[in-house]
Amino acid sequence: MPFRGSLTSRDQVAVYEFGWPAIIFIPLVAVLIQIFILGKIPFLAAINLPFMVTIFFAVARRNPISGCLTGCAIGLIQDLFAGPHHPLGMYGIALTIIGYSASSLGLKIDVENPGSRFIITYIFFVAHQGIYYGVAHGLLGQVQQWSWSHVAVSALANAVIGIFVFKFLDRFKQR
Amino acid sequence: MDTFLGRYKNLIVLAAILFIQIIALAVQVHRPTQGGDTRLLRLWAISAVTPVETAVVHTQKWVNDIWKNYAYLRGVRRENRELRAEIDRMKVEDARYAEDARMARRVQALLAFKEQYVDTTVAAQVIGTSGSEQSRILYLDKGLTDGIKQDMAVITPAGIVGKIVQVFPDSSQVLPINDQFSGVGAALKSSRLQGILRGSSNGVTTLQYVMSDEKVEPGEEVITSGGDRIFPKGLPVGKVVSVEPGKDLFLNIRVVPSARLDQVEEVLVVTKITEKMPDGKDLGPLRASDILAERLPTVPAKPEVDAAGKPKTGAPSGTASGTTPAMGTGTAAAHAGAAPTSPANKPATGNSTAAAPKSNGAATATHGTPISTTAGSAGTQKAPKPAAADGTRPAGTVAKPLNGTGTATAPHASTTTPAPGPSPANRPANGNETTPPSKRSKPAPEQPPNPNPQPLSPPPNGEQPPQ
Repeated sequence: MPFRGSLTSRDQVAVYEFGWPAIIFIPLVAVLIQIFILGKIPFLAAINLPFMVTIFFAVARRNPISGCLTGCAIGLIQDLFAGPHHPLGMYGIALTIIGYSASSLGLKIDVENPGSRFIITYIFFVAHQGIYYGVAHGLLGQVQQWSWSHVAVSALANAVIGIFVFKFLDRFKQR
Repeated sequence: MDTFLGRYKNLIVLAAILFIQIIALAVQVHRPTQGGDTRLLRLWAISAVTPVETAVVHTQKWVNDIWKNYAYLRGVRRENRELRAEIDRMKVEDARYAEDARMARRVQALLAFKEQYVDTTVAAQVIGTSGSEQSRILYLDKGLTDGIKQDMAVITPAGIVGKIVQVFPDSSQVLPINDQFSGVGAALKSSRLQGILRGSSNGVTTLQYVMSDEKVEPGEEVITSGGDRIFPKGLPVGKVVSVEPGKDLFLNIRVVPSARLDQVEEVLVVTKITEKMPDGKDLGPLRASDILAERLPTVPAKPEVDAAGKPKTGAPSGTASGTTPAMGTGTAAAHAGAAPTSPANKPATGNSTAAAPKSNGAATATHGTPISTTAGSAGTQKAPKPAAADGTRPAGTVAKPLNGTGTATAPHASTTTPAPGPSPANRPANGNETTPPSKRSKPAPEQPPNPNPQPLSPPPNGEQPPQ
């Protein structure tokens, strides 16, 4: 009984695989788009594409270990470009936990339909911001401002965009 | 044991990965990178990515330029007309500012101030950002090979952007002024109050360390103070948008940056700042009044007393306090200027007998314009401001001690250069010479007396100046 307590049927919790090019290039392209395009457009700066890719891979593969490894790798790549005042590991820790949690959740619920994707993205975005805040404030002693309204609006934007991003990334799935 | 590991395999892997990253964080915090030291991983990652991005950005710019310069030229004629009108208007303004600037340089030269000049800049293009809201780092397409170094100022014509924090061979990172790790020495333009401009994690910039008993109005401009030794003094920073009482006796002044930091595309990196003394050679001949001004004492001299210990008569009864920097100790040198656009009614300088424009009964020397005289009690005068108005000449001395009746006395003609045209006078306004003889300046023999002296101002009491 590996999926005890699952909210879905066995058919719905299919495990997907990805080709190596997709595993390597999709996160890389997501980070590059984030750095060189989204970051330069003011109203799109709240969109977090690497975060979405992490969730997508985690829930599609449904393997907590690969989920946290994928999150760790994507987070560290994000950290590399975040500047000298941003130690390596801040995004890494946040996305590791998110990747693990998302893949664990993917074992239990159906994450194929847009509604559940919206909710998952929304909740995990808030969690991601909270973990980052905890790391920056608690571990590094950085002064961080937390705004519930800003986080809520950003989470909403990411959840909406996430539906389309997931739909696009579904093309790279392999049974 | 195998059962335990197998059962909690996922959690153990998660804990291990997190543990490694936390240890890595601790190591980095314990040994922060400073002085241009860059982690190798970062160097590789950024060096690998930036050439591609630079190529993409330049291609995009090339396509944009073709569209804007050749295809999309609607409204250019109208814009051209408007710009020409703007240029004409600015030429007029420029003449006035040039006059003010010359005067400021003369005063700076006299006071041996060093000025900072932006000597050379390198134009660079913003090719990327950190990609997160928590870090506002910008990437430029210029690096070590272009002469960029750490801690160089990055500016736009609209205002300052930030400073270089890390340099790579072909790119560099800018820490913008709204980043939470940024700090810029800044000052309020009108009140000259100084503080530190800091960013925050949500991108709001605030001017800190301004005492709460100071008066700061929204809309006031903020400029660089030069205190951080990165940004030259006087560059625009932003505008005050709100002022609230903060904690620890300081105001919480929110500033909106002049440069659009979220949309900045092209910037200038200040690669060389020179400090030099203002050159007074091209500012007109040195005059006797200038030499006098250089030798002026900073502490006002005590009034002369006679043998009985009483002040000598003839000294102005209502003299200014003289605590401000004096440009003249009662010597007469208010000369007429040639520039009609120079600000009139600027305070004449003088430490003991100068007329102050803000004081009652003060008569100020102007050039080419009649001197405004306000009748009043000389006893209510306040100290004058240090600047002296003259369109073309240094305002070194003033001259005009006020007598007790509120009339202005003109300087000695021998100490001044004759004014071109109908000048205000180099003569006493009412013949009551109030400057103590001991403080008179030496006459400048090469300066002929004003051949056509005019009364400095109509005395309020109707007296005619002696001819």
